Amino acid sequence: MSLLADLGLEQEPAPTHPVLELRGAARTFPGPPEVQALKPTDLRIERGDYVSIVGPSGSGKSTLLHLLGLLDRPTAGEYLVDGIPTVAASEDERAVLRGESIGFVFQAFHLLDRRTVLDNVLLATLYSGVPRHERRERALAALDRVGLSHRVDFHPGVLSGGERQRVAVARAVVADPRVLLADEPTGNLDTVSSAAVLELFDELHGEGLTLVVITHDMSVADRAQRRVRITDGTLVEL
Amino acid sequence: MSAATGVRTRAEVHARDRFGVRDLVAEAAAGIGTRPGRLLLTILGTVLGICSLVVTIGMAQTAAGQIARQFDAVAATQVVIQPRTQGWGEGPALATIPWDAEERMLRLNGIEHAGAIADVSIGEVSISAVSVRDPSAVATVQPIVIGATGGLLDAVRGTVTTGRFFDSGHDARADRVVVLGARAAARLGVHRVDRQPSIFIGERPYAVIGIIDGVARRGDLLDAVILPLGTARADFGVDRLAQVHARIAVGAGPLVAEQAPVALDPRTPDGFEVQVPPTSSLVRERVQGDVNAIFLALGAVALLVGGLGIANVTLLSVMERTGEIGLRRALGATRRQIGAQFLLESVVIGLLGGLIGAALGVGAVVAVSVLREWTPIVSTPMVIGSALLGGVIGLLAGVYPALKAATIEPIAALRSTA
Repeated sequence: MSLLADLGLEQEPAPTHPVLELRGAARTFPGPPEVQALKPTDLRIERGDYVSIVGPSGSGKSTLLHLLGLLDRPTAGEYLVDGIPTVAASEDERAVLRGESIGFVFQAFHLLDRRTVLDNVLLATLYSGVPRHERRERALAALDRVGLSHRVDFHPGVLSGGERQRVAVARAVVADPRVLLADEPTGNLDTVSSAAVLELFDELHGEGLTLVVITHDMSVADRAQRRVRITDGTLVEL
Repeated sequence: MSAATGVRTRAEVHARDRFGVRDLVAEAAAGIGTRPGRLLLTILGTVLGICSLVVTIGMAQTAAGQIARQFDAVAATQVVIQPRTQGWGEGPALATIPWDAEERMLRLNGIEHAGAIADVSIGEVSISAVSVRDPSAVATVQPIVIGATGGLLDAVRGTVTTGRFFDSGHDARADRVVVLGARAAARLGVHRVDRQPSIFIGERPYAVIGIIDGVARRGDLLDAVILPLGTARADFGVDRLAQVHARIAVGAGPLVAEQAPVALDPRTPDGFEVQVPPTSSLVRERVQGDVNAIFLALGAVALLVGGLGIANVTLLSVMERTGEIGLRRALGATRRQIGAQFLLESVVIGLLGGLIGAALGVGAVVAVSVLREWTPIVSTPMVIGSALLGGVIGLLAGVYPALKAATIEPIAALRSTA
């Protein structure tokens, strides 16, 4: 890429686009009574950002997460992923974009208990266009990255909560997403495991990954360089 | 991807790296393989359905084959030709069977053995083993006397118990020899022929050269004293033949029926009445059709139950795996890919049930055949078709659960903290 840039042939428009961008995006749930879960919002998340979104339950956190994760569409405004408008895209196109651009980490881990740790990580490579011959190699590398090389053939059921969440992180990053979207990543973990996962986030951020962490826990939120508070559907930078 | 909406992927991904058939099969196999206990219960209905289908069709085929074989053995290869008579009763015959009928018949294709028979009238004289008139003897029913050509025995499937049957030489020389039917021999007290016993028809002695048995087609021959035709003509003035019997190749009936009258007498072919067996395939089809209709209905009911079982369990599985479906959607799976996975799982389950059921069914047909000493007849296309039918049932049963799986919203699925 740098060679292309030196030659002035840089085709990637990325530097001028935020990774994620909400432009006046709002989400209204039809009533009665009609609920405006997210008021018209502008949000830019740049490459390499580590953003935490905090707010009490019912504040619109989940709605925001679903919009950012392409799991839901805004009822007004536009949402761009890497400069690509997504609101009018078809469901299939959004699924493909989701697979390639966004890595999810959930509070409940969402691992398949009957598949091995390696299979769970490989699952994310199936739908995201990772070259077939690289899949296994990359999954093993991702597990090595989160420090679980010795658990490759285990089933998630026998792992600790912290280990499970690290498997989920490996699964989220294996397809080389633009952004890692974590929803209460420490919600089901004890303090030691939480610390380990947050440590891992710091390291990934240090390696250039863009992170968005949604949480109600201020101690988690404070790890991020940029914090956004959401209250009654309105975003405020802290 | 699509210029219309402006959505493009980071780099156009090569088709072989997309979620393809290989991935689909691998995921479906993993989905099935993770719950072997449930798999067993799920395929049970299909196994039973396909098994009963194969057993019923297989048993029908075997039984029909058995029946057809019995027909073949006796009726399906036997032909009788006799002159038609005028009117309904005892009018004059419309045609005459030539004396060389046996040779004429043997020239035709499909005829394996042929022989002619003439009724012999011996008048008031009696038949006995000794030429002594015993006034105190109880009057008994006389054996009938028949003139025949040398080929008759084979034509009516007779067997020689002892001695031999006469041949064309006896016939040509008008030798005074007879062959006795088994019951006639017993009545006359002749049990062996090595001491050259004789019987008397009236005053004339005839050497007994053989005793026959096992005449399947004309049981009355067992009660008969059989003379060579030449002897019957010379001694009793027999002036015409009554019947021609022939044993034919399986399936040659229609051909023989058409050609035999012309061969016997080209001038009056319409004067003969030919009794040929119905073609064996007709017999078989008729029997098989009746049996199959009932059995197929039973198999269909069993399959319906099996299909509903698969649909039920697959639907349950979809509900259970809501979280997994939501996760896959979050990881970038399209609705179509989710639906295809569950549909394929259902097809594989059905196919598995079909294969096991077909194998069990074939085994059952063979086992029953062994016990009853039948020849098992199971057509290969039927067995393969049955196994594939299991897959089709899985496909049909999987449609609704697959549609259900495809419409699951990832948000709702991921909210459940399963």
